[in-house]
Order: sequence, then C-alpha cells, then structure tokens
Amino acid sequence: MGVEQPLGENVLTTSLDKLVNWARKSSIWPMTFGLACCAIEMMATGASSHDLDRFGIIFRASPRQSDCIIIAGTVTKKMLPVIKTVYEQMPEPKWVVAMGACACSGGIFDTYSVVQGVDEALPVDVYIPGCPPRPEALLYGLLKLQDKIAKERNSFGSALGLGERLEPTAA
Amino acid sequence: MANKEIMTVNMGPQHPSTHGVLRLVIELDGEVIEKITPHIGYLHRGVEKLSEHRTYHQAMTLTDRLDYLAPMSNNLGYVLAVEKLLGLEVPERAQTIRVIMAELTRLKSHLVWLACHALDIGAMTVFLYCFREREQIMSMYEKLSGARMTSSYFRVGGLSQDVYDGFEADVRRVIDEFPGYFDVYEGLLTKNTIWLQRTIGNGVISAEDAIDYGITGPALRGSGVDWDLRRDNPYSGYDKYSFKVPVGEKCDTFDRYKVRLVEMREAINILRQALDSLKPGPILADSPKVCYPPKERVYNSIEGLIHHFKIASEGFPAPEGEVYQSVEAPKGELGYYLVSDGGTKPYRMRIRPPSFVNLGAIEKMGKGTMIADLVAIIGTLDIVLGEIDR
Repeated sequence: MGVEQPLGENVLTTSLDKLVNWARKSSIWPMTFGLACCAIEMMATGASSHDLDRFGIIFRASPRQSDCIIIAGTVTKKMLPVIKTVYEQMPEPKWVVAMGACACSGGIFDTYSVVQGVDEALPVDVYIPGCPPRPEALLYGLLKLQDKIAKERNSFGSALGLGERLEPTAA
Repeated sequence: MANKEIMTVNMGPQHPSTHGVLRLVIELDGEVIEKITPHIGYLHRGVEKLSEHRTYHQAMTLTDRLDYLAPMSNNLGYVLAVEKLLGLEVPERAQTIRVIMAELTRLKSHLVWLACHALDIGAMTVFLYCFREREQIMSMYEKLSGARMTSSYFRVGGLSQDVYDGFEADVRRVIDEFPGYFDVYEGLLTKNTIWLQRTIGNGVISAEDAIDYGITGPALRGSGVDWDLRRDNPYSGYDKYSFKVPVGEKCDTFDRYKVRLVEMREAINILRQALDSLKPGPILADSPKVCYPPKERVYNSIEGLIHHFKIASEGFPAPEGEVYQSVEAPKGELGYYLVSDGGTKPYRMRIRPPSFVNLGAIEKMGKGTMIADLVAIIGTLDIVLGEIDR
C-alpha cells in the first residue's frame, strides 16, 4: 500500500471499534426461544445439516448469557409481556431478529389475539420473510446482522460509558 | 417430623424444554411434585375462528400450522372431514399417495420427538442424528409441494398435483435406509444406563386412567391399550395394509419410547406396501363443482378459466349438516368437527387436538415424582403448542 510499517509485519493496526465489532459479530449467541413453527426451522438451522456453530452462533438457554433474540413464531398478546421481560433481561448490547411472517407482520393470523409484528414492542434489526423461512434464509439474515454489527460506531467508547453506541445509518 | 412447606415454582413459558410456550406452575414439597397446573394460551392464534371466514379450500392452509411437526396429517384430517361432508369419493392413487405422505409425516414427527426428548434428558448426539435424517423427508416435502413445512399439498377431492419424477425412488431410499438409522438410535439409547434410569418407572399412568383422561396415540398404547384408528376405524384405504400396532406393558416413559420406535418401523412397513400398490390413475375426484380444473384447461380454454376463477373466489357450497372425522396423527387422535349451514365457508370448525387432551394427564403422571423428571414427562407426552392453543 506504500505505507511504511514501523511495527513490523506481524502487527495489525486497527481501530478499537473495529476490534470490538469483530469480536461481537463473530460470537453472536442467540437465545433458544421458540414460539411456533419457525422454531422448528430454527432448530433445523442449528442442527447437523446447516450447522450454525461454524459462524460462532451458539444457542444459549438463558437471556443473561445471550446477545441476540430470534423471535421465531407468532407473537400473541398473552406472550408479548413475557417477550419484553426476556428482552429486558438480556445484557447490552443486544440485537433482535424477527423470523418469519408472523414475527414481521402478524402473517396470516390477523386476529384478536395476535400481535401484528413484534416491532410494535422491540427494536427489530433484521426481518426475515417466509412462512416459515428456510434455514438458508435464517442463515442469510444472521449474516446480515453480522454485517450490521461490523458497521457500528463507538462500540468501544460506549462499553466504557462514553456516549451511545451508534447504529449504522440505513444505506 | 419436619414441617411440610410447599414451594411454588414457575416453569415457562420461556423454557428450553417445554417444547414451545407451555407454562407450568409446580407446587413442590422439597424436590417432590405435589401439584402441576398447566397454563396455556400463549400461542392462541384463533385458527378455529379464522376458518369461519375462509372457503373450504382456503381453510386448509390454517391446518398446516396447528401441529407444525406433522402438517400433512393435519391436512389429511381436514380434507377427509370436508369430503365426508360432501360425500366425495377420492381416486385410489390419491388415497395411496396420501397414505405414503401421512406415514412419512409420522416418521418426521417422531424424529423430532426423539430428538427433543433425548436432548432434554441429555443425549445430544441423538438430536443431531435425527435432524440429519429429517432433512431427507423435508427435501421430499419440498419437491412435492414447494414448502418444507407448511405444505398444503392435499386438496378436497384428491391432491394438488401428481408426484414428481423420482418420487418413488426417494421413498424407496427412505424404506432402505431408515431401518439402519433406527438401529443407531436404539444402539445409543435402549441399553444406555442413563437413559434407562431416567425413563423406566417415570410418568406411569395406568390403562384405566389413560382412557379416563382421553389420552390417545402412542401415549395410550404405551399404557397397554390396543387402539389405533388406522386399524380400528380405517380411512384413506388403511384397511388394505397389514401392520402391527405396538403396545407397552409397564405404562412408563420407556415403554412409550419403545412403542414409538416400533411405530416408526411399522411406518416403513406401510410405506413399502403402499409404494408397491401405487398405480397410475387420476389424482382428483371427478367433481367439477368442487375440484380445481387442470392447469392446461385454465390456460387454454375460457370455460376452464371461469371455472377456476369461480372456485378460487367463491368456493363451493357444502350441504347443510355436521360431520366428525378423525385420523391417527403421530400424536394421537386428531379430529375435525365441521358444521355447515349450506354456505361456502364452514359455519364452525372445531378441532380436537391430541396434544391438548394428552397434556391434561400431566398432573396425574407427574404427581409424586422428582422435579427433574418432569422434563422427561413433557418429552414423552410429545406435545405441540400450536395445536394445544390453536
């Protein structure tokens, strides 16, 4: 690149934000939180054929240990307070993936008991359409989430309590 | 003597081993369960109400999402109920393909049951194996209907389309390969000390109690009651096939496990017989008022187009009356009770889900056991919240 490397060849210079983002996006730990049909496809994605582990994505059973929640299925009005509680129990930083038509918009269940999209209550980062989405679609959605995490700014500063973590602006 | 102090513990709706959004309130005396109260309704989507605003063809898509582990069994129960209402005769080829798909669905559902049941008790390897084999059936589903889970492949009067080229070879592959996989699962579990200690003597329910609670399916047969709707009240041509109905003796979780494994082997047996008897022929009943016309007619003739448009937009009127039709779904007796007022939509559709009725017995099965064994009892009941809450 025509730039001198005073630190030698095996030293990499980067910004602290990028380092933090790289660490965060390479170990997304989602919660095992199945609501309905999509949960089965989520399980299939985690199981042998598609294998989420190769992306550093490992399911955790407790919200205290996770940093991503995949809303996999229909959100009912009875379930919504529970989802909010679980989301609030997760430590910062945290991301939300709405998997499937029901979580995105209520899907075919436009009834008295169904919340018309989980974004009425939670800040959704990635929407995955489909009823249910194929495992490949969920994988693609999670890779998009990784891209989004990689572009975040002030990740290091916000961890020290200096200002807010800034989400990338929409392209 | 120490004071008896009851502690109340909440389990769910967010819990990795409640198979969805089941919530149990458990009263404990030390580690021993005194009382279990299931709280349901966290996945109530109003399927029965929605179906009153769908034509008979449209309401099928809702049934896919009841027991989402066995979509085609749900479709089968629904189309049989509507056909009973209409008095419609289904061609033999369609019936045979329905049986093949229903048995593949049984395999698919039981594979998820075994995977989750074993995972809950701590055997992760079985989970990975079962999901690997399940993908084989999922890809057949996809080639056949275009969807991996929500298939809606059956139609009132037959099937939406004939099978794809190579379908028979795919079924033949399942018949040849799956018994070997079952041997692997049995090798991992049946003589595994941990598995035996967790399942033998766990969740016992006697035959009388099981009948009183209305339990059906493998959970009933595990208690030694010889009752299978495929044999005792045959539908869709099941009377043509010979198969064994396994029953348990000790009424515990281990016996229910053995019953389900034999059922999977018997499903292979039925698949083999059905595939051998599969002959070319029509796949839709000759009833132009009810069945969609073939696509060639829709695209090439004005009558076909009008005909298609009329069925798609208006539906078909069903004669006034009420019917009940039940099938042996992987989880038990799945029944559809349809009431028609002569219109093109069901006046009322009531679904009798096996999981809902089976869940009622959880208190009977769990009372007096340790709280750690409750996970095994939930697993052995094989519940799906989609059809419990509907």
